[in-house]
Amino acid sequence: MQPNVLEVRDLRVYYHTPRGAVKAVDGVSFDLRVAERIGLVGESGSGKSTIALSLMRMIRPPGKIEGGTVDLDGINLLAQTEEGMRRLRLASIAMVAQGAMNSLNPVLRVGEQFADALRDHGEQLSKRAVEARTADLLTRVGLNANVAGMFPHELSGGMKQRVCIAIAISMQPKVIIADEPTSALDVVVQRQVMETLRRVQEELGAAVILVGHDMGLMAQAVDRLGVMYAGTLAELCDIEAIFADPLHPYSKLLIASLPSLDKKGVFQGIPGLPPSLLNRPVGCSFAPRCPYAMPRCIAEDPPLAEVRPERWVACHLYDSDVRREEIGTASTVATEATLANGATLAIGSTPFDRPGAANGVGTSNAARTTNGASTTNGSGARS
Amino acid sequence: MTGTTNGTAATGAATGGLATGLTGGAGTAPPAHGTALLEARGIGKVFGGGLFSKRRTIALEDFTFRVETEPPSITAIVGESGSGKTTLARVLLGLAEPSTGAVLYRGKDLRTLGGGERKQFLRDVQVIFQDPYEVYNPFYRVDHVLETPVAKFGLASSKEEARAKIEDTLRAVGLRPDETLGRYPHQLSGGQRQRIMVARALLIRPRLIIADEPVSMVDASLRATILGSLRQLNEEFGISLLYITHDLTTAYQISRNILVLYRGSVAEVGDVEHVVQAPKHPYTQLLVGSIPLADPEQPWMAEQPPSEIGRARGDGVHGCRFAPRCPSAMEICVGEPPPLFQTDEHRAASCYLYTDSPAIPRDEMDRVLAPPEPVAPRA
Repeated sequence: MQPNVLEVRDLRVYYHTPRGAVKAVDGVSFDLRVAERIGLVGESGSGKSTIALSLMRMIRPPGKIEGGTVDLDGINLLAQTEEGMRRLRLASIAMVAQGAMNSLNPVLRVGEQFADALRDHGEQLSKRAVEARTADLLTRVGLNANVAGMFPHELSGGMKQRVCIAIAISMQPKVIIADEPTSALDVVVQRQVMETLRRVQEELGAAVILVGHDMGLMAQAVDRLGVMYAGTLAELCDIEAIFADPLHPYSKLLIASLPSLDKKGVFQGIPGLPPSLLNRPVGCSFAPRCPYAMPRCIAEDPPLAEVRPERWVACHLYDSDVRREEIGTASTVATEATLANGATLAIGSTPFDRPGAANGVGTSNAARTTNGASTTNGSGARS
Repeated sequence: MTGTTNGTAATGAATGGLATGLTGGAGTAPPAHGTALLEARGIGKVFGGGLFSKRRTIALEDFTFRVETEPPSITAIVGESGSGKTTLARVLLGLAEPSTGAVLYRGKDLRTLGGGERKQFLRDVQVIFQDPYEVYNPFYRVDHVLETPVAKFGLASSKEEARAKIEDTLRAVGLRPDETLGRYPHQLSGGQRQRIMVARALLIRPRLIIADEPVSMVDASLRATILGSLRQLNEEFGISLLYITHDLTTAYQISRNILVLYRGSVAEVGDVEHVVQAPKHPYTQLLVGSIPLADPEQPWMAEQPPSEIGRARGDGVHGCRFAPRCPSAMEICVGEPPPLFQTDEHRAASCYLYTDSPAIPRDEMDRVLAPPEPVAPRA
């Protein structure tokens, strides 16, 4: 196995608001191996983009990196001075941002933006050498070298995103962070851009962190996947393993909710809403929505642990050999938990056990909760 | 019971139309239906420039499509950005005027509707837009978007009745009234806001909802719930749905028929099972092959480069618009635009690969549409 190029330990990023600290990233740890592609997936507000920005040290007030370490080949990025970090960006760790149209300077020709990036990092190159290097980089991302003479508005969205990839690899970084690089693009162009990213990443031997919300894209593009929920990693494992056998209940529900071309007309969302990250209560953040919640889940935070080889899960179900009967009592407890927290979330039925029952929309689930029938539902799933 | 009867009637009409077409009926009047609820008759939309300017953009070209009053249908209109799908929605809603052709509401041109008819149109045809953040006025509580149509269309005779109606509707789309009403838009999530929009559309009890990318800005876990709500409107309240999207997967999930647009014209149309599971048009094949399937075992299909003729001589204006990108482009493709060829009972593709199949005029495209599935009685 490849050695680690990046080690993130207990990263905490809070946004300070008048109402208190919003814990956008609350103790995230993971390793990135050399030349590996890792995905971070999650709903909006799960902290995935905040992780991307904090690895680049680009968090702006009121956001602040409160703790943890980010070790890039022996250098703790979080301990760098501003100037030291500026030198490392692009040279060691580069970012392809969301919405390429916003990250290129609209009044500079593409070529000048390459020249800026190279000079800023102390490359003593003649004008001709910069041009040659730019042409080479553009060719590598599948663009014509004459794109260097064009302005960003003359390029399509996909071309702009390729230019951003070319700039990102211009200093041969060890880590490329791609934050929703294709979210504004059509499917055909999306695939072309992702294939380009993959090709240059493989040529360069760089590692990639792909941040996004599209599980399909993750399935096609990464080696390992981290599932974020409410500022923490719920699960982290090989991409094949998570799709074949998701362990965390959130991963299970998320994968079950994906529309596919195999089954038609089954709409199965995840009932309830993500919790507020302000004054988060103790316990698992997913417990109020979790069909498997147990008393322990509202009492203590589940740590991210390697429950099986190479499979990291933050869930009390895997603390030890949890018996099936214990799991079954879940729903009743979760209802109490919800009420105790004052939160007003619907409790899910157990869709994996009873696919037919979960066919409807949230109404049915809400109704079940209010009339206290969720207990019945839980026992139904058990039998 | 009525649903089943309607379904059979529609099948009869469709096959009848087909028979006319096969016996060389091209050029004759379209098969006689009743007056459609909403009909686009040969509409086109051109943006920018004068008539002879080179900067003209053809957003939509010679598009004919009918939404019948009965039975309720769900049709997806799929295309990439620039395919003309949003322009089509705007023209159908009367928010933009077509450059050519006309949109008819119950047989009357949208531009000539009188006051009363216009109000009826606004009531019958509702829209759900893509962005659940922009449609709200941040200064009003969300109640406002629900109370306004109740007042405007006189849906309730008392305040209590209005309130009860609003609460029922919110429950129907999976929202809890006590968590929703009295709040400001910023206090709700994107998914909740979008469901309020669905509730608003339902409150008015329209005959047709035009939904333009209703779930593209909503998180995956809520997407399924909102699509479920839309489907429920169709099944339980008999509301037709035009689902406009770039996402073939959700289109497949929700609709019976699908229209694939490429640069303003229909590339392929028909039963979603045919079109998505076994696409005929090279463009649809490319689209389906580009879907990132949520399965690491099924990798993306490799894209075929365009053929020599397509690359060298296709200009996307004369002949087939897809020719410059098409791996199968032939001599004929760079000459004349292809008509629709009816390859199956419920599918037609605008591609010269299928010249063995009978050509059908574009304004009779809807006869290949599959009839709505009879609604299963709900337990």
